[in-house]
This record gives sequence, structure tokens and C-alpha cells, in this order.
Amino acid sequence: MKIAIASGKGGTGKTTLSTNLAAFMSESGEVVLSDLDVEEPNSGLFIKGELIHQEDKYKMIPEWDKSRCELCGNCQAVCNYNAVLKMGNTIMVFPELCHGCYACSELCPTGSLPMKQKKVGELKSFRADNLSLVESKLIVGEEQAVPLIRQTIDFVNTHFSAHVTKIFDSPPGTACPVIEATKDADLVILVTEPTPFGLHDLRLAVETIRQLEKEFVVVVNRHGIGDDRVDVYCSEENIRVIARIPNDRKIAETYSRGELLYPSMPSVRRAVESIANYIEEFRQETGT
Amino acid sequence: MKEIVVISGKGGTGKTSITAAFAVLGGSDVMVADCDVDAADMHLLMEPDRKISEDFYSGEIAHIDQDLCTRCGKCQEVCRFDAIQIIDGEYTVDSLACEGCGYCARVCPVDAITNSEQNVGKWFTSGIRTGSSMVHASLNIGAENSGKLVAKVKSESKALAERLGKSVVLVDGSPGIGCPVVSSLSGASFVVLVTEPTVSGLHDLKRVYELVKKFGIKAGCIVNKADLNAEVLDDMKRFLSAEDIVLLSEIPYDDKFTEAMTNGKTIVEWDGELESVVRGTWEKIQEIVRP
Repeated sequence: MKIAIASGKGGTGKTTLSTNLAAFMSESGEVVLSDLDVEEPNSGLFIKGELIHQEDKYKMIPEWDKSRCELCGNCQAVCNYNAVLKMGNTIMVFPELCHGCYACSELCPTGSLPMKQKKVGELKSFRADNLSLVESKLIVGEEQAVPLIRQTIDFVNTHFSAHVTKIFDSPPGTACPVIEATKDADLVILVTEPTPFGLHDLRLAVETIRQLEKEFVVVVNRHGIGDDRVDVYCSEENIRVIARIPNDRKIAETYSRGELLYPSMPSVRRAVESIANYIEEFRQETGT
Repeated sequence: MKEIVVISGKGGTGKTSITAAFAVLGGSDVMVADCDVDAADMHLLMEPDRKISEDFYSGEIAHIDQDLCTRCGKCQEVCRFDAIQIIDGEYTVDSLACEGCGYCARVCPVDAITNSEQNVGKWFTSGIRTGSSMVHASLNIGAENSGKLVAKVKSESKALAERLGKSVVLVDGSPGIGCPVVSSLSGASFVVLVTEPTVSGLHDLKRVYELVKKFGIKAGCIVNKADLNAEVLDDMKRFLSAEDIVLLSEIPYDDKFTEAMTNGKTIVEWDGELESVVRGTWEKIQEIVRP
């Protein structure tokens, strides 16, 4: 079963929920947590395990082979991203603009633009008892997160069997990185907070997930602060709120040290337990 | 004209609350640009009138004409984004997966595929309650090219600021270090990093500052929720001084941030103590960017 933890707004508690839920569920079964917030991955700060695998991740970009090129300019003509330019007697490639579509390379009549690897990030895999963590980090300056997210999901799907519960900690927002991170999930858990920003961004996230036709539920973090408009919205939209984590300075302090919350905080344990119970129900109902 | 860009790396550090407070303090002289286009929240505190609204087109998307398609499968073969699926025997473009490279259209032997410009969102020019103007946007769900929409919001806000004779453009950037952040940073005079003393906050601050450094822009840092963890705060200060980043202020952990927001106010309009800290911070920034 694949569960994606997402939110429109950043800083609502995605990583807190992902790490605590993954650690809690691993007490009774095999779990892999995958941090897909590759721009700013934080799960590894909370889950300490033994490093068992590490690899560089690449995207494919064209590299000009001067010796064969006849300077016909077809590469520039077929590139929709202005990533290949013919400047006088030179073909210039702009890697940060390239989406890796292969059009320039495969449509080149002389084969002068072979595709080469360019490192975009690193993937690391850790293990502690029943819990595995797969974390990818985008190289600073690299703009496109999606190719790395895609490869990280592929890694998790090929290295862990179907019976392992897979939890994906998604990036914030509603743009392409979130789509990539959630489109493969059986269930999406949206984390929000009961504030105007939280509600506004939850609405966007709900629209996104509805467009993907995914099953989803909501967890309200920092419950007790703000107002009840998130609750009103969820009940009007028939969205199930499966847990509420209280607003508590102690939680913020424990989080600040990079510690898991549920072992020392009963209110968080109760919330995580009810989420785990819901997931078990969902699993049995849907057979995922 | 000076451009001040507020970013945070990590989400939820109080970036937008603080930017909105700066907008109020700066009043009619400060043009606001909300570049957090995929979760834009500034409008919730600025009451924009959306006087001008325009569609934003960027990138292309493929369409397959089923009457012309011979089901040869060539398009699916060349697509690197798995955007062409067979649904009920018909080759169909998955609009969320298509990156608009146009390769499929170029190899289709019967010219059944056309590309059209994609509407990825809207951008607005508004009068706001500070007596100034704001350029903001909303990105369509799952859209690509948020970096390009950010660039559009920035260039429009700068042009408008020049026309109206404003001396400052204040930019609310997006979280992370990817394309929208890169677009937010280009051309900035000064970067304000809003962080919190948590291990994640520090980790993300270091990464986003590495990006700022590549642009060679001077930066200052606001530590919000500063009393949350003394040990991490010390580490953070060591990092700031080693990197020559100005520590602009330390704001205490305070639920009043949320109270203010819930009441549609910025923190400087809600609480006297927060007002004095944030005003001091804003003045410090003014001294740096306008010596």
C-alpha cells in the first residue's frame, strides 16, 4: 500500500506526521518512508538508521559532438525549451533548461547530440529494524525536482515488495512536484492547520487531489489554534478528518530537537494510532 | 528602485506573515509581489481588488486527433514522460504528465498531433489596503512553469513600481530551492531569510543560502520562534556569522502570529510587542538597502 502525505501550505507538519507515522507503523510491520521533498528533505533528521545504500541520480541531457555536426540547426528547431542554440559555428546546450525529451538527440541527422548523464542529486537508503528510509537530495542550483522525485519513487517500487507499507513525504504546493509525488498513491493524507493560510492552501490541495481522482483524508495539525473554518469546510465538502494533533509548544520544542514525538507525547501517540487504524481499515476495504 | 526578496527554504516559518507586516509598515511606497504562486497567501492579508486580471500562457500541450490517428504507437514510443496512454484503444495525452516537448508531433507520420499553448494560470494587478499596489498570481492545479509565472509577476511588479515611482518592491518568495525560488531571486537587491531554530529549519536555511550565494546577493536573516531551542539557535548564529549574513532580529515563539492572521490582520497591526520587533527589523533592512 502506498500512502502520500501532502499539503498545499508548507510547514503544516507533513514531515512530522510522515516520520512519526512511519516509525509507529514499523513497530508492527515492514514500512518504508520515502522523502520526496527533494528540495528540502528533512525526514532523515528524525529517523536515524544505518546507511545501507547510496547512489548518484542523473538526468539525461544532450552533449554536442563537434566532429560529426554539420550545423544544420535542426536541434534548435525541435527544442521547445530553448535549451539548444546554434550560435555561429557552435551548438550550445543549456542543461538547466533541458527537460530531457531526447528530441534534439534522436532527430539529429548526424547523431551529433548523444545523450549524457548529468548528476542532479543523491539518493540514500537507511534502515533501522522494520523501518527503511529512502531520501533524495537535489543538488543546490538544479531547478527541476520532478526527474529526481520520479527516480526516487521508482527506486522504492523496485526495491521494496508490495506487502511493505510505503509512505511518501511529498513536497509542498500544488505544482508539478506534488503531482509527481502523489499520482502513484492509493491514499493521500492532507495535513493542514486551522488558520486562514492553512484553509486556503488546503482547498488548493483538495482540488489537486480530486483532479487526480485519489482517495484522500485530512489531518488537522496545531488543533486549537486559529478558528473552526477548516472543520466547517471539511464537513461541507464531506471530507473525513481522521485525526487532530493539538497545538502545543512542547511539540514544537521536541520537533526542534529532531526527535520523534509519539514516544514521549501521549496526545501525538493517540493521533498517530488513529491514523494507523484508519490506514488498516482502508487497506482491508480496498485490498491494497 | 530596490528589490527585497523574502524566502525561507522551509515552509511554515512565518515568511508570509512577516512579509505582509513589512508591506503594512512600508505603506504606499512599497510595491508588493507575491511570487509564492502555487500556494499564494498574501492576498488573504492585503485585500487586493484584482483590478486587472490576465491569463498566463506558457509551454505547450499535445492533442491527438483521433480521426487522423492510425494507432501506430510511434508517439508513445518516443515520449519520455509516459504522457501517452492507450485508453479504450485510443492513444490519449495525459495533460498532467505532458511536458510539451513536441517530440510526438514531430514523429507522427500522419500529422495527427498538434500542440497548443497551455493556460497555466492568471496574474493580477491590484490596489491593496496599504495604499500601494500588488502583483500576484494563481497557478492552475498541477501546472508546470511556475518559475515562468514567478518571472512574469516579478517583471510586471518592477515595471509598475517604476511607473508609479515606488522605491521598493517587496517579494514574497516560495519555499524550497527549485525553479520558482531561482526565478524569485534573480535581480534581487537584498534577500531576507526567515527561519526557525529547529534542526529542519537550520538544515533548510543552509541549503537555501547556498543558492543565494550562487547569485551573489547580500542576505539578512530573521529567526522566528527564536526561543524554541537555545542550542540550535546558537548553531544558527554561528552559521550566520561565518557566512556574513546579518542577523536582523529574533522574534519569540508566539501564537499571536496565528491570532492576527485569523483576524485578517498582520502581526504589526495586532500586537504591540511584535510590532516593535518587526518595525525594528524593517528599519534595519531599509538602512542596508538604502544607505
